[in-house]
Amino acid sequence: MAIEINGAAADASPRPGQCLRTFLREQGNLGVKKGCDGGDCGACTVHVDGTPVHSCIYPAVRSEGHAVTTIEGLASTAGDGADLHPVQQQFMERQGFQCGFCTAGMVMTAATFDDEQKENLPRNLKGNLCRCTGYRAISDAVCGHAGHPDPKGQGSGIAGKGQPDPEPGQLGDDVPAPASRAVVTGAARYTLDVPADQLQGLLHLKLLRSPHAHARVLSINTDAALQVPGVVAVLTHRDAPEQLFSTAQHELFTDDPDDTRVLDDVVRFRGQRVAAVVAETVAAAEAGVRALEVEYGELPAVFSPQEALLPGAPLVHGDKEGATARISRPDRNVVAELHSELGDVAQGFAAADFIHEQTYRTQRVQHVALETHAAIAAVDGEGRLQVRTSSQVPFLVRRTLCRVFGLPEEQVHVVAGRVGGGFGGKQEVLTEDIVALAALKLGRPVQLELTRTEQFTATTTRHPFTIKLKAGASVNGKLTALELDVLTNTGAYGNHGPGVMFHGCGESLSVYNCDNKKVDAHAMYTNTVPAGAFRGYGLSQMIFAIESAMDELAAGIGMDPFEFRRRNMVREGDRMLSTQPEPEEDVHYGSYGLDQCLSLVRDALARGRERYRAAGLDELGPDWLTGEGTALSMIDTVPPRGHFAHSRLRLLPDGTYQADVGTAEFGNGTTTVHSQLAATALSTNATRVVVRQSDTDLIEHDTGAFGSAGTVVAGKATLAAAEELAVRIRAFAAGTHQTQASACVLDGDAVVIDGTPVALTELAQAAADAGVELAAEGRWGGTPRSVAFNVHGFRVAVNRGTGELKILQSVQAADAGVVVNPRQCRGQIEGGIAQAIGAALYEEVVIDDAGRVTTDILRQYHIPTFADVPRSEVYFADTNDKMGPLGAKSMSESPFNPVAPALANAIRNATGVRFAQLPIARDKIYLGLKEAGLVPNLEHLLS
Amino acid sequence: MDMNTIEAVVPTTDPAEWRDGDAWLAGGTVLFSYGSLAFGPQPLRRLLDLGNAGWTPVTASNDGIELAATCTVADLYKLPGSPAAAGRSWPALDLVRPCCDSFVASFKVWNMSTVGGNLCTSLPAGPIISLCAGLDGSATILGPGGTSRSVPVTDFVTGDAKNCLAPGELLRSVHLPASALASRVAFRRLSLSNLGRSGVLLIGRLDGGTRLVLTVTAATKRPVQLRFDGLPDAEVLAAAITAEIPNDLYHDDIHGLPVWRRDMTYRLAEEIRAELAAPEGAPGLRVSGDFWPPKDRGLYAQQEGA
Repeated sequence: MAIEINGAAADASPRPGQCLRTFLREQGNLGVKKGCDGGDCGACTVHVDGTPVHSCIYPAVRSEGHAVTTIEGLASTAGDGADLHPVQQQFMERQGFQCGFCTAGMVMTAATFDDEQKENLPRNLKGNLCRCTGYRAISDAVCGHAGHPDPKGQGSGIAGKGQPDPEPGQLGDDVPAPASRAVVTGAARYTLDVPADQLQGLLHLKLLRSPHAHARVLSINTDAALQVPGVVAVLTHRDAPEQLFSTAQHELFTDDPDDTRVLDDVVRFRGQRVAAVVAETVAAAEAGVRALEVEYGELPAVFSPQEALLPGAPLVHGDKEGATARISRPDRNVVAELHSELGDVAQGFAAADFIHEQTYRTQRVQHVALETHAAIAAVDGEGRLQVRTSSQVPFLVRRTLCRVFGLPEEQVHVVAGRVGGGFGGKQEVLTEDIVALAALKLGRPVQLELTRTEQFTATTTRHPFTIKLKAGASVNGKLTALELDVLTNTGAYGNHGPGVMFHGCGESLSVYNCDNKKVDAHAMYTNTVPAGAFRGYGLSQMIFAIESAMDELAAGIGMDPFEFRRRNMVREGDRMLSTQPEPEEDVHYGSYGLDQCLSLVRDALARGRERYRAAGLDELGPDWLTGEGTALSMIDTVPPRGHFAHSRLRLLPDGTYQADVGTAEFGNGTTTVHSQLAATALSTNATRVVVRQSDTDLIEHDTGAFGSAGTVVAGKATLAAAEELAVRIRAFAAGTHQTQASACVLDGDAVVIDGTPVALTELAQAAADAGVELAAEGRWGGTPRSVAFNVHGFRVAVNRGTGELKILQSVQAADAGVVVNPRQCRGQIEGGIAQAIGAALYEEVVIDDAGRVTTDILRQYHIPTFADVPRSEVYFADTNDKMGPLGAKSMSESPFNPVAPALANAIRNATGVRFAQLPIARDKIYLGLKEAGLVPNLEHLLS
Repeated sequence: MDMNTIEAVVPTTDPAEWRDGDAWLAGGTVLFSYGSLAFGPQPLRRLLDLGNAGWTPVTASNDGIELAATCTVADLYKLPGSPAAAGRSWPALDLVRPCCDSFVASFKVWNMSTVGGNLCTSLPAGPIISLCAGLDGSATILGPGGTSRSVPVTDFVTGDAKNCLAPGELLRSVHLPASALASRVAFRRLSLSNLGRSGVLLIGRLDGGTRLVLTVTAATKRPVQLRFDGLPDAEVLAAAITAEIPNDLYHDDIHGLPVWRRDMTYRLAEEIRAELAAPEGAPGLRVSGDFWPPKDRGLYAQQEGA
């Protein structure tokens, strides 16, 4: 019996063990996404005979004789002839997505809801995970609520006098993402959404991964694997280039140690690649992997950074030479270290009336971007390596491939399609090198798609930090000394290890004026899954410790924590010092809104307190303890040591503009920002600027979308190009109409010349006839830099009998400078809050005594669902930055940073107990309260 | 995910057809979630498909309710208020929906996942195990050659992901006796996250209006049932828990520390005892947990303006 898909019979039958998801994709329905492949995330939701199911756990054979509807066919089921289903329309209007990878599943699920189901989204959407939005925009999209901004709402967005009035389609307007329609219809093309006819002869690659935490690969017998029907090749360390590199990607590769080979003869963590099998099908590649026979010589392993630092500890990279590999001390497992003292902390503590000492610990956290790492490599007819990958940094991927394989840059072309979430996890080369090796060897296109379990066990995580902190304050509220001993666990490879350690010890300290600061920090190798870049890049870990300590100091001297922060935080013009005696020479107060942010949060919490009182909810009964907490954070708007962008704009014959930029789009929204910045400079509407992006053939270079650089670096290049293009168009118009350029004004789709509009199409034609190209380029080098601020506040209730935590109020104030797109910027903040709530309360990559990641599926690694995330009030400071494009600042990493300490401070305020280790799960809260004698005994229940 | 080692899907309900490398396919939501390598040292080769078994999902009679192993969770969820339950005085059906809602899996998964699948997966947090154990359910197991045996659900699950099925045996159905269904019940649950996986799930039942039966699940590696002659006082209840549940029987995984699960077992047990000791619908009862009965609407309304 045939399977009907969107009204047409499928042209094939499924394989016996096939799930419906892959069958539908093979039938060309590429809108059906793989997020987890285990029934947890809902990105693959489709309807079978109108009933919503997760197609990744639906036996495809069961759909025989039934009608399947995917996102591609949803609109036609609405029966009104419209080309969008009402739910698709609402997701588009309310911008209920960021990266959009979960959107098809969200839409397919919500399209089945009746009014009663819409009333209970925490229950009915818990099977649809979104890692980007924080769910507020999704809620508004599903229910058709008015979106942001609600002018009467508590978090009303921007309204400052310093903010320019929004112009439609330009600066300050809530322009929707250009890809909106493609996202809600499932037409947006992510990494692997390449129609099969464009990839003739595609091979699939699967990896054998190490079962040992540390071992030498003694031999690999490939005979049986090569006998498996469909297996084309097996790649081992014998096939891999000798060149060592780092999977971490930075403008300067020298920022990271050269400690990694494409395939190595030593494996240093459980899950590391040992060999690759390339085959005609995924099934054959898997069978080939199972058929490999490998002999290992096990080596002693070390799992904790504390033990790794001990003399005589097993050495993870003892075979490396420190100077050439750029490893601080390979003989002690130290990748990088930092030792500094400003002032004299001993004197500072002597001057203190209260001293707080505590060891703070943060855990391994996974990005859980909904799209797993994936790449396709091919060699084209001209012998050029073509790579399509899920990356935040296509230009750096090209550099790394060239370095590893000894290829000239013009021989390598790297493209990122739409990327299904990044969060720093895709600032790495984790798939591209191995598919490139296979494609170069075999001359056929090769694809690698990581499973969700591979994401957990073999990609990167946030660096766990152990922070021994000692801080002192005088009774008059002065921070007298701050001493930090920091140990970070970078895992088996040093990718991002130095950068995360240094950055972590940067703005977290320099945001406070304190004469005496001492830091000793070590980034340590261990035989565990490598840590890497992750939203905030070390800051969130350090800010958790320092902001917790600020509350303890305030409590210790009996001062309101707001007041204590106010007295010690930097003010505009103060020297921002962390571990160097002089401030970073290119970091300036391009604007300063920290004081505003603190006030906005304090006032919002006060209003919240009053709301709860007015509603009679300030007392929740004897079991519940309530409290408030706040934390602040600062971030440099651009990463240090160079971040480059190049943009190219041109006027097209149809009178619209084409902007070629480097920035990849992974839900960061920078595509929208680029179009708005260009539209502003060109006095037109963003819809008339078509952005092409993340393709190494389009522009010269772009360091990439990390360190929150999409707006403030690449955006600045695009703005410069647009401003230059505006000058050129006006000059050309003046020339053709025998007038002054000053008499020519760009306006929408025309140039008004001496008061008469002349269509841009006409000018474009005239330019073409004259052999003039109306185009311009812009560049930006990422310096000088400014600072951005975020302050978060929570009101919580803690159940002292069970450890349950309720977030009653969540407030964040952000100093983002001039906000280019308030709705989108708010979305970035909401998403950062949600992700940080997950890291603060639930998420932990757990590694057992043998180095095995045990939390290897989403049911073991709980990321926030709709039910877990509060609606947050979001406020913007009224500032205008001198460095950023049109006054804007970065706002993508930083909303994450103050959330965990604000929660810990609120719990401390409610209970009196300091939780110094993340995550602060309910069981841990309960045990902490019990230890503090706060848990009522059972007799209490009898009352 | 694709189960790429599967060579055939064989429609059958006959245990005699089972051989090494086979797995019974009910809804498929567990098999396809973990993949063909997760169920033993050797990859699975065949799926024995119960999809065409034709077993009536729910059969109600004066004896009670027969749930077919292939009854979907979605069908089970519809049972209260359905014609099958109409006209019967079975207050214990109030447990059905909170148990279904205790799934960490979405309602969409319920359209495929089955009663039998949840029992046979035998996870501590399996909420259909909680329901069936809490109502003295009895499992009917088919063996090769037309044999059949019955096992109380409390004994069916023997540990974390362990049960009493021999290779090839097939769970046919679960019978919930009318006597249990006619009892007043109370339900409590806690999770580390809102609507998340159960860390502790307790069901209380007042048999004959007087005798407490307490079933502890999720907190423990397997279901533990405590039976009392009447309604014990708090001390007797706590002592019984101490006597029946040694510390090492509390489950230890990412969804809750054993010490927390232990303390919450005492707490929720006492909440249940207090609820069943009070007249039905009495106010002022302590109800820990996140979704039953629905609450907090007013509390979170304070965020609505955001």
